[in-house]
Amino acid sequence: MESKSGISTIAATTVTETQSDARLPANPPNNGEAYEILHSKSTLFYDEYSRKAEGKKQTHYCPGCGHGLVHKLIAEALQDLGEQDNTIFVSPVGCSVFAYYYFDVGNVQVAHGRAPASASAIKRSCPGRMVISYQGDGDLAAIGTAEIVHAANRGEKITVFFVNNGIYGMTGGQMAPTTMIGEKSTTSPWGRRPSNEGYPLHMAELLATLEAPIYIERVALSDGKNIMKARRAIRKALEVQRDGAGFSFVEILSPCPTIWGKDPVAARQWIADKIIPAFPLSVFRDHAPEALAVKEVEPPQRSVAEVLGIATSNDGDTTHRAEFDHRFEDVKIKIAGLGGQGVLLLGQLLIEMGMREGLEVNWLPSYGPEMRSGSAHCHVCLSREPIGSPLVSHPDVLVAMNEVSLRKFAHEVVRGGVILYNGAKLPENISIAHAQVVAIPASEIADKLGSTKVANIVMMGALLEETECLAAGTAWSVLQDKVKKLDLLELDRKALNAGRLFIDEHAHIGALDQPDGFA
Amino acid sequence: MAVQPRGKVTIDAEECKGCGLCVASCPPQCLELAPELNANGIHPARCNAHICTGCGICFYCCPEPGAITVYRMKAKSPTAKEGEHAPTL
Repeated sequence: MESKSGISTIAATTVTETQSDARLPANPPNNGEAYEILHSKSTLFYDEYSRKAEGKKQTHYCPGCGHGLVHKLIAEALQDLGEQDNTIFVSPVGCSVFAYYYFDVGNVQVAHGRAPASASAIKRSCPGRMVISYQGDGDLAAIGTAEIVHAANRGEKITVFFVNNGIYGMTGGQMAPTTMIGEKSTTSPWGRRPSNEGYPLHMAELLATLEAPIYIERVALSDGKNIMKARRAIRKALEVQRDGAGFSFVEILSPCPTIWGKDPVAARQWIADKIIPAFPLSVFRDHAPEALAVKEVEPPQRSVAEVLGIATSNDGDTTHRAEFDHRFEDVKIKIAGLGGQGVLLLGQLLIEMGMREGLEVNWLPSYGPEMRSGSAHCHVCLSREPIGSPLVSHPDVLVAMNEVSLRKFAHEVVRGGVILYNGAKLPENISIAHAQVVAIPASEIADKLGSTKVANIVMMGALLEETECLAAGTAWSVLQDKVKKLDLLELDRKALNAGRLFIDEHAHIGALDQPDGFA
Repeated sequence: MAVQPRGKVTIDAEECKGCGLCVASCPPQCLELAPELNANGIHPARCNAHICTGCGICFYCCPEPGAITVYRMKAKSPTAKEGEHAPTL
């Protein structure tokens, strides 16, 4: 299976195919005894392309298109390397956007030009997988130039197949960065002129100026001999990745008979006659991986708690701490108000408390232009389990620091959730039936204590007392660490206690006779 | 009795798009486009002559994943080399 010679590959294919005859053609040769299958459809392809709306037996590519052939060569190589179930295929925008119709492997389809960036992320998070970025020239050499250059420069251990036909095929034949000098397209109707449109980009040569890539080759689908060279190059690029050596890149000069306005045979000949002289075929890079070995200084491995300097107060322990009685799996909180009311700070204090109590936490601010005299809000997640999304679309608890926020977010609160509203009573013309609403005149309380700035701390006290999601003692220890001025700290202490006392002493307004979701 | 051809090619007439690349590539010229139309209204390729060598070049020129299947004659004796009939592509 792992032999590099075509002949033993053929033998391997034969064994596979004869073992499962599901894919044998309908009319095998009469004397089947005397013959064996030499080449047939790769098992990497689906038997039938059920994701296609129609024509489920054929690819969607035009007759004579190079994509189908490149697909075949990649499929054959992956099958022979035994990597079908270990491959993640990243398809681009362009004609090959539907590669996931055909390849029975893991598939991701990404934004225009971003395939190498996505492939980098996938490879880094799944280092054992074969990650393939498959791109055309509009995708890779135009909108995605930055992504491919930086992925190559970082030496990402991915394989990039660059199918270059020198034109935007899917959109109807606009000029691409790889269009040749003098070549006509719908956007260069008198031929590409260097003075106006610049010179063609030679991506293989360009990437070969970088230090990190291991293997770079340009091949062409111009005739049987060059197709066999392409087959070997594709296989080698995948072997480079399998061996964990580094970045591999194969540029494939490919025909586009439809846009070129030629029949498939003439289009293939045109590659040989016109394109190869402009884009010479060569191995531009073939490094042994150890050639890149640079002695690197490993960064020190320190925990987040150590870096943040909270190891002393928490012993750096991030596991769930049993002394805190968390009667929930997770709590999602949205805090909203005017910019300047301490909305974001209140969220940060809550996650700091959550961390100290050994919870998983997340804080996502949502501000920007809204901050200036508009509303600001933040999303807070506290959970005993790792948090998937930092977004809080349906909060268990809403802290509305003003009326606008209440009207904006009250309907998002889950049924049986809690809404803490900064005000003596609910505003007119609003009825909230699905959640328990607690009105706290936090700004007035804070003003009487000495500063309206601590209204958020009053709300925090109320929130802790009402929901009991976190311990008030933790809040006090966080405040002690965060507030440096002693007079402000004293004010915060009073505000925290005032908020808690208010909840203890006052009846709920508009309360439902159902549990608040936490008890 | 005619000599058995060394190879055979079957072409799925419903998957073939009639691009003709296999016809142009076949060294012994044993492929041609059929005069009749298939369901998609194109002339699919077909293997016509009994001079196929099973070289497999048509398979590697065809852009469709499963349109062409190439067979070759089994090795006659166990001592025959593996891939005796395979091309040196």
